[in-house]
Amino acid sequence: MTRKQRRLTMIGGSLAVLAVAAALVLNAMRDSIVFFSTPVMVAEKHIPAGRRFRLGGLVEKGSLVHGADLAVTFKVGDGGATLPVSFKGILPDLFREGQGVVAEGALDVSGVFRADTVLAKHDETYMPKDVADALKKQGHWKDDYGDKSQAAQADQSAPKGVPQ
Amino acid sequence: MIAEAGHYALVLALALALIQSTVPILGARWHDPALMNVARSTALAQLLFVGGSFAALVTLHVTSDFSVVNVFENSHSLKPLIYKITGVWGNHEGSMLLWVSILALFGGLVAAFGNNLPLSLRAHVLAVQAWIASAFYLFILITSNPFLRIANPPIEGRDLNPVLQDIGLAVHPPMLYLGYVGFSISFSFAVAALLEGRIDAAWARWVRPWTLLAWIFLTLGIAMGSYWAYYELGWGGWWFWDPVENASLMPWLAGTALLHSAVVMEKRNALKVWTILLSILTFSLSLLGTFLVRSGVLTSVHAFATDPTRGVFILLILCIFIGGSLSLYAWRASALKQGGLFAPISREGALVLNNLFLTTACATVFIGTLYPLALEVITGDKISVGAPFFNLTFAPLFVPLMIAVPFGPLLAWKRGDLLGAAQRLIAAGVVALIAIAVLWAWTLGGSTLAPLAIGLAVFVIAGALSDLAERTGLFRLPFGTTLRRARGLPRSSWGTVFAHAGVGVALIGIVCETTWNTEYIGSMKPHDTAHVAGYALTLDGVRQRQGPNFREMIAQFTVSLGGERLSVMTPSKRNFTTRGSTTTEAALLTRGASQLYISLGETAADGEIAVRIYHKPMVLLIWFGPVLMAFGGMLSLSDRRLRVGAPKPARAPRQLQPAE
Repeated sequence: MTRKQRRLTMIGGSLAVLAVAAALVLNAMRDSIVFFSTPVMVAEKHIPAGRRFRLGGLVEKGSLVHGADLAVTFKVGDGGATLPVSFKGILPDLFREGQGVVAEGALDVSGVFRADTVLAKHDETYMPKDVADALKKQGHWKDDYGDKSQAAQADQSAPKGVPQ
Repeated sequence: MIAEAGHYALVLALALALIQSTVPILGARWHDPALMNVARSTALAQLLFVGGSFAALVTLHVTSDFSVVNVFENSHSLKPLIYKITGVWGNHEGSMLLWVSILALFGGLVAAFGNNLPLSLRAHVLAVQAWIASAFYLFILITSNPFLRIANPPIEGRDLNPVLQDIGLAVHPPMLYLGYVGFSISFSFAVAALLEGRIDAAWARWVRPWTLLAWIFLTLGIAMGSYWAYYELGWGGWWFWDPVENASLMPWLAGTALLHSAVVMEKRNALKVWTILLSILTFSLSLLGTFLVRSGVLTSVHAFATDPTRGVFILLILCIFIGGSLSLYAWRASALKQGGLFAPISREGALVLNNLFLTTACATVFIGTLYPLALEVITGDKISVGAPFFNLTFAPLFVPLMIAVPFGPLLAWKRGDLLGAAQRLIAAGVVALIAIAVLWAWTLGGSTLAPLAIGLAVFVIAGALSDLAERTGLFRLPFGTTLRRARGLPRSSWGTVFAHAGVGVALIGIVCETTWNTEYIGSMKPHDTAHVAGYALTLDGVRQRQGPNFREMIAQFTVSLGGERLSVMTPSKRNFTTRGSTTTEAALLTRGASQLYISLGETAADGEIAVRIYHKPMVLLIWFGPVLMAFGGMLSLSDRRLRVGAPKPARAPRQLQPAE
């Protein structure tokens, strides 16, 4: 083979692999991508039952109910609307009422969001970035969310002293 | 006083870096050895000052000086000493300081051990290294100074994020940074080669040990991080395809490709232009990783330190370095001479194939990681690209690569004999087929893909071993001769065998864990028994304990198999009072390469406790594989040809002499 033919073989092979990769990526993009919504967006967009998405918002105070066999229900709100969520399993360490949460799953026919994963995607201010952005955009953001947890930390640390 | 000294040392390091980034280049231009040698002293002095600065921050953390913001926000006087030290890099400012310290360390190593480098190449390399260093010193000093003071010092600190108070954090970030930042050396060498417009096989021989060193650390760092996530986050998962993990995987994939293409360049003087490009890309991906993690553009389990103003600064650094080096590449690469010829079926061809698949796989990870960010910036839609995407793209690309792995080392340079290689792999193929048949019969009706994937892994391992058998003449020659041959085999050949076998071992672990993992999730009262994979786990009771800076609830489980008492497992939940947050400490019981895993959920009012129990077959192989790979890398690094005999650069093309 001449140098030119060899180079053509190489380039041809590379293009073939790249084409396969591109096809794989496009195919995967169609099937395996999950959108993020807040309860208000869910109400506006009329997401059909069974379609997977990520729900983000604040866990409504006093809405968490423990059922039998690790089943839990709670409500997620974003200031405009609330959506009931049911989940079976162990909630992450950072899950709190009044704090932000991101859950992945789908709506069932009765309009309850059946989550199969509740994500612990938080930093120490208990506010997932997706949720914070969405709340800011809708004007429900209160600047004291971040401050409050910091203040709470300061309050706890101040009187504690040295436990023995 | 210590804080100010640390700050001042950092400013001095910046000044030194600025000198180092200009003077040696001028020296190389004017052919002035004195000016070129400035690079050596400044690189060593820089290491001294940054080291001093880092030591200052460690001292502040150890002595719990809460008048420093960084210490106040991330430390607590009651925190155990080890976490006071590791907490230094458990936050944004400290981890950036660690980053530049390691950069200075690598610069210092090149200065100290690069005596056999041509003077102008060393001057250029260290100058490029200093450009990177200057950019990051400026970044730290302007946006993330770890030495800022508080006007009214508080008495107590806010404590480190409890998830980070773990021995994994002591090891994982430094390892990862040694890998990330280590690739800066091959980047500097590549840019230096472009600046000089000259590159030869000796260049590859200098670059390869540095790349290999960085690759070993990155391999171990990623494996360590994965194991840390596995036992600390309490979910039993070891890889989440989280953007932060992808950020470390991308340089690893590109770096692995670079290692292999550098071999071709060293041995056959071919693929020069491609190797240069890979060096640039690998470090660019490391920079991208730093940007993704440090700028806070991601929501992620790992990103603990975030601040958008910093993001813009790092983005700027990213654009200047990636854009600059790629422009330089586009401008100068054509000036580099083409290297040796080879047929598509040859060792070179196999390594090209390896590069092709690794870089393509890297590109799919790149798309999966950055597409959501790009989409959010452009349309405002928020999407998440998770494991399904990567399973559909990354995995199919890895299959042909794995099939090709055993063939590579068996092919000859320049022109290989595919049929001959296949014949020598018959034994490996037979072993793989037997493995598939046995597994398929054993798990009849179960997953069909899993036995095939394990067969592939067995093929890779057996292929690596048959390469070894081939080279030592095992079974063909008397045993004594084989032993002698094995001893005489270059360490790099042994390295190849171990590294390739490591890939197979890791794959077996991954497939077994994902396919035959059993779990039990439920609430348990004391004296309840759960049955998982043949093991009976009885909850004996729950007790409380006071740790140094946390309260702990410990549940005790008795594990028995077939009525025989095996061991006791004690998972716990820790409550860190200062931050008011809880962490789950999983309990692990190792049985061979498999593990039992218990983590606790919340306790209900009636004393029932939510429990998650997993049996993870062969899970340890997932991390044992990378350890084997790293071990192979170390063997290769200790190869005689890299230790003995300074590589000689090719002589410069002779100028036409004027006729006398």
